[in-house]
Amino acid sequence: MLAFAIRRLLEALAVILAVALIAFVLFRFVGDPVNQMVSQDASLEDRLSLRRELGLDDPILLQFARFVGHAARGDFGVSYQMKQPVVNLIAERFPATIELALAALLIALAAGIPMGVYTAIHRDSWVSKSLLVLTVAGVSLPTFLIGILLIYLFAVVLHILPAFGRGEVVSIGFWKTGLLTTSGLRALVLPAMTLSLFQMTLITRLVRTEMLEVLRTDYIRFARARGLTERAINYGHALRNTLVPVVTVIGLQFGSVVAFAIVTESVFQWPGMGLMFIQAVQAADIPVMAAYLILVGFLFVTINLAVDLLYLRIDPRLRAGAP
Amino acid sequence: MIARASRSAQRTASGLLAGIGRMFRAWWAQMRNTDLVRSFFDSRLAVAAALAVLAMALAAMLAPAIAPQNPYDLASLSLAEASLPPAWIHAGDARYLLGTDDQGRDILSALLYGTRSSLVIGVSAVLLSAAIGVTLGLWAGYAGGRAGALIMRIADVQLTFPAILTALIIDGAALAIFKSYRMEGNRFAVLIIAIGLAGWVQYARTVRGAALVERSKDYVAAARLIGIGPLRIMFHHILPNTLGPVLVLATINLALAIVTEATLSFLGVGLPPSQPSLGTMIQIGNQYLFSGAWWMVAFPGLALATLALAVNLLGDWLRDALNPKLKP
Amino acid sequence: MSLRVVALVGAIGLGVLPISGVYPVPGSNTAPGKVFTYAFQGDLNSLDPYTLNETFTLGTLGNVMEGLVRRDKSLKIVPALAESWETLEPTRWRFHLRKGVKFHDGSPFSADDVVFSAERVHQPGSQLKTRIPPGTKVVKIDDYTVDFILPTPNPILISEWETWFILSKRWAEAHEATLVQAATATSLSPFALQANGTGPFMIVKHEPGVRTVFRSNPNWWGKHEGNLDQVVLQTVQTDSTRVAALLAGDVDMIDPVPVQDIDRVNAGANVKVLAGPELRTIFLNMDSMRDELLYSDVKGKNPFKDVRVRRAFYEAIDINTIDSKIMHGMATPTALLISPLLFPRGSSLQRWPYDVAEARKLMSEAGYPNGFSLVMDCPNDRYVNDAEICQAVAAMLSKINVKVTVNALPKSKYFEKAGPTRKYDSSFNLVGWTPGSLDSLNVLVNTVICRDKDGKGGTFNFGGYCNPRIDALAQKIRVETDTGKRDELIAEAYQILHDDAGMIPLHQQSLAWGVSKDIDLVQRADGQLRFDWITKH
Repeated sequence: MLAFAIRRLLEALAVILAVALIAFVLFRFVGDPVNQMVSQDASLEDRLSLRRELGLDDPILLQFARFVGHAARGDFGVSYQMKQPVVNLIAERFPATIELALAALLIALAAGIPMGVYTAIHRDSWVSKSLLVLTVAGVSLPTFLIGILLIYLFAVVLHILPAFGRGEVVSIGFWKTGLLTTSGLRALVLPAMTLSLFQMTLITRLVRTEMLEVLRTDYIRFARARGLTERAINYGHALRNTLVPVVTVIGLQFGSVVAFAIVTESVFQWPGMGLMFIQAVQAADIPVMAAYLILVGFLFVTINLAVDLLYLRIDPRLRAGAP
Repeated sequence: MIARASRSAQRTASGLLAGIGRMFRAWWAQMRNTDLVRSFFDSRLAVAAALAVLAMALAAMLAPAIAPQNPYDLASLSLAEASLPPAWIHAGDARYLLGTDDQGRDILSALLYGTRSSLVIGVSAVLLSAAIGVTLGLWAGYAGGRAGALIMRIADVQLTFPAILTALIIDGAALAIFKSYRMEGNRFAVLIIAIGLAGWVQYARTVRGAALVERSKDYVAAARLIGIGPLRIMFHHILPNTLGPVLVLATINLALAIVTEATLSFLGVGLPPSQPSLGTMIQIGNQYLFSGAWWMVAFPGLALATLALAVNLLGDWLRDALNPKLKP
Repeated sequence: MSLRVVALVGAIGLGVLPISGVYPVPGSNTAPGKVFTYAFQGDLNSLDPYTLNETFTLGTLGNVMEGLVRRDKSLKIVPALAESWETLEPTRWRFHLRKGVKFHDGSPFSADDVVFSAERVHQPGSQLKTRIPPGTKVVKIDDYTVDFILPTPNPILISEWETWFILSKRWAEAHEATLVQAATATSLSPFALQANGTGPFMIVKHEPGVRTVFRSNPNWWGKHEGNLDQVVLQTVQTDSTRVAALLAGDVDMIDPVPVQDIDRVNAGANVKVLAGPELRTIFLNMDSMRDELLYSDVKGKNPFKDVRVRRAFYEAIDINTIDSKIMHGMATPTALLISPLLFPRGSSLQRWPYDVAEARKLMSEAGYPNGFSLVMDCPNDRYVNDAEICQAVAAMLSKINVKVTVNALPKSKYFEKAGPTRKYDSSFNLVGWTPGSLDSLNVLVNTVICRDKDGKGGTFNFGGYCNPRIDALAQKIRVETDTGKRDELIAEAYQILHDDAGMIPLHQQSLAWGVSKDIDLVQRADGQLRFDWITKH
């Protein structure tokens, strides 16, 4: 187990390095940062010297080595666009994204699990079918459109929620949270709802399928024969058995929630990492893009590692090595 | 050395082809399975969804024949007739049943052609990711060891690059590499590759998991004993047993791919507006949401939602129908 | 374990929702006094006023810092930190400085600060070097008198000085900010999050890419015409979200209102659109430099070298329909590359008329009765409805049989491709230009005079159009001090460009601000928003 974990850790490190390298090689294709950094009437000489100073003319491997060298010391450079150390920017934006992603996940769970259970128990009822169609409809429209429609309804027509932003934030140590202020909580509702739709559908489907499977097992038939109430069977026994795969999938999905947040954050102008990333892409702000990718890579790899270790515990068959 | 490599490449290719053939045969065998067919007709929702998908696919295929206007033909656009409402509204024009967009393009025609583009992108992207994912997943699961671990680590790397980013990068790379890029339909290729690449990991994971389980079964050991090659075992024996989940994934990912195409156009890497897809139409209409020109977003939005919903429902039904644990 | 955790987590999740839903709507901010919140599509890019020569950043910093002169509501130059000035000789300007002015940190303003700022603006990292011609000597005569000794006469020396801000020497030295924070800086500059000036407002907090908070400066030497205590600048990039924020009352003003939403905003109960002419001109470039176009099916020759083809393109474009249908009336068609506000004489120049029949005839005469194919490069996130304009142009050119494929790109890629970085890898494209000095010389030397294939010369002349007569005129305009004669020369240059159809000017964009009806403000044609002119009721 320990050897496995260490090996996976080393592999994870290699993955992150690979992400960084690929990102680096490809960044030269996303555009020219220089044009956004100089005034429109900057002379050609100024532009060329700026390219040189940024090291954009150096061989790509040299640029990469320099980047890794600095990154190892926690220095991700300075954003071309915002003139701030990237580390500060990320520290500033990271809490916003995590809070949004967690809130979305909570909404998805709070709505998805009951819906999944209900649609499994009442498999053929009208309500179940409508619920299933409804959850699927939520992922059949692009996020940006749903976001704009929600803004229109709740902010413009009803005037009950803000159209954008994160509201007031309070600092707890380095972590700036919007969860402790009224305006922060109000601002969270719409983006979290928008972001939760995809996970909600996923969780509903997953819980439903797992429940359907479990409900057919002998174990449940036996419980029923013992005369336990339906309620105790459904929630006490069946649901509990579906939770391992649900937790696994949620773990694996958390990374993709963070990635999905790119669109939600740009619609709601939520000051998180996704918004920062998409702005960086538009301006070809290489240091920000690189740091973001490494962070997201790190997140993915950590979660993957945890899930793999979890699997190993659950299913010993997978412990066998190569043939 | 080179000859051997090419021979082995040939063997791999023929193995792959045989595998795909086998895949179809297995699929057809399952299709003929009366249970499946019966359960299909028992589910009114599935029938309705299938009919909707079929109707839209047909309309899209026939677009050049039935559309009143060719939206690709710039000469047929008249800017003076831009932003007209649907024909039944007072200011509407009978020639444009569903109104026109901001460039004077007939929405109905654009919708027909756009559905075609969206379907082509969606189906191709799904085929691409399934092909990559199934192959790599089988290999990782069957061969295991270093190669298997390597593949799964590559999968981790891939997961780090969301479709959006992959699209941005491929788009940029294509621009840098091909001089004539965007002269023709290359944007299609970029979208297909981007969405396809971003999606293969799920297939690989699913197939690998199944292959790991299958590998330890007796029939595989027996096949190996009588000297059947690994490729044959992978594609002939293991693959058919993983097809159910792959088919379900593919259906649901088709819906996802179509929606992703729309999202990418919101982020500025979709098809150019002169080549309408449902995504670009929604993106353009989205800008007119507040201005009262609701028809620019409502019709493509409705079409996209219907298509994605129907495909999703088919996928859901398929998942239940193919799940052996749910057999009565 | 997992069940209980999930149940707990679910309960918390459910608990959060209803609470957040039922709160009453509070004011946009809890800070005291009159708070003005506005949403802009971009952000303040740097607080070091010499790092970046960018209109919005410098314009906004103009509320915090001041130059020796500034411009009034009609863009006329008026005294600011200099109370008066005189030209002792054509090459010697004397400035008499305002007394009793204090920087936000309390340090007094004097001639030393002017000399220091003049030196600092010439440092390597500065992008504002052109504010003071190279070789200029800045001499302190006494604490409140400074002389600028120029190498050559310069009639427009102070035209860009509203945004050459004077910094406090003492503050800069104390904060180790004497060096300009270069765009390539790798360490945190003191200017990253704070700034110090003499202006009517001070920066309280700067969160890059999110918002900047300003507070009124009670010790300002001037008189606040408005009544604001605090200003919050908020970045909202997505157009629809920005409009929604205004309609919902979350902000007091937005810049810009997307042109298609103008009617919607005007229909709102508490908001209106404040529109006015802007100084940016949008125009099309045709590659008339290469011997063969890069992106066309015409081989062995370049059709754009023929003035008849360029004229045909010009005359095939129905600018009025573009401006009514795509710009929704928020643009003024033009025959010039500069706003008539900045060069009133130019308004006598008329566009080549929209005439498809004539355009077809010209194409036939030039030997292209069946047209040719062409790729048009176009930004899609830089100017108002830029990609839409390109598509409309493409559709219009199809009427003279030119088959145009529009290649719309985000600005970071567009300027790389069509500009000097890739050696003008484009055959036909759209750009916009605002002369920073508000003067035609800036337009001519950047976008019209000849360039070589690498971009030496008119770097922003993306089509490579070249007429040596215009270059010669530009040389004369540079040193001509007689305004009447100078205008004559400028008009001649524009006339030559027009006769050559060297570029196709389209229109000047309009400013469109969405403003709450509680707000009175002044919209200057250069788009600068001065907080001290804003009143909130």
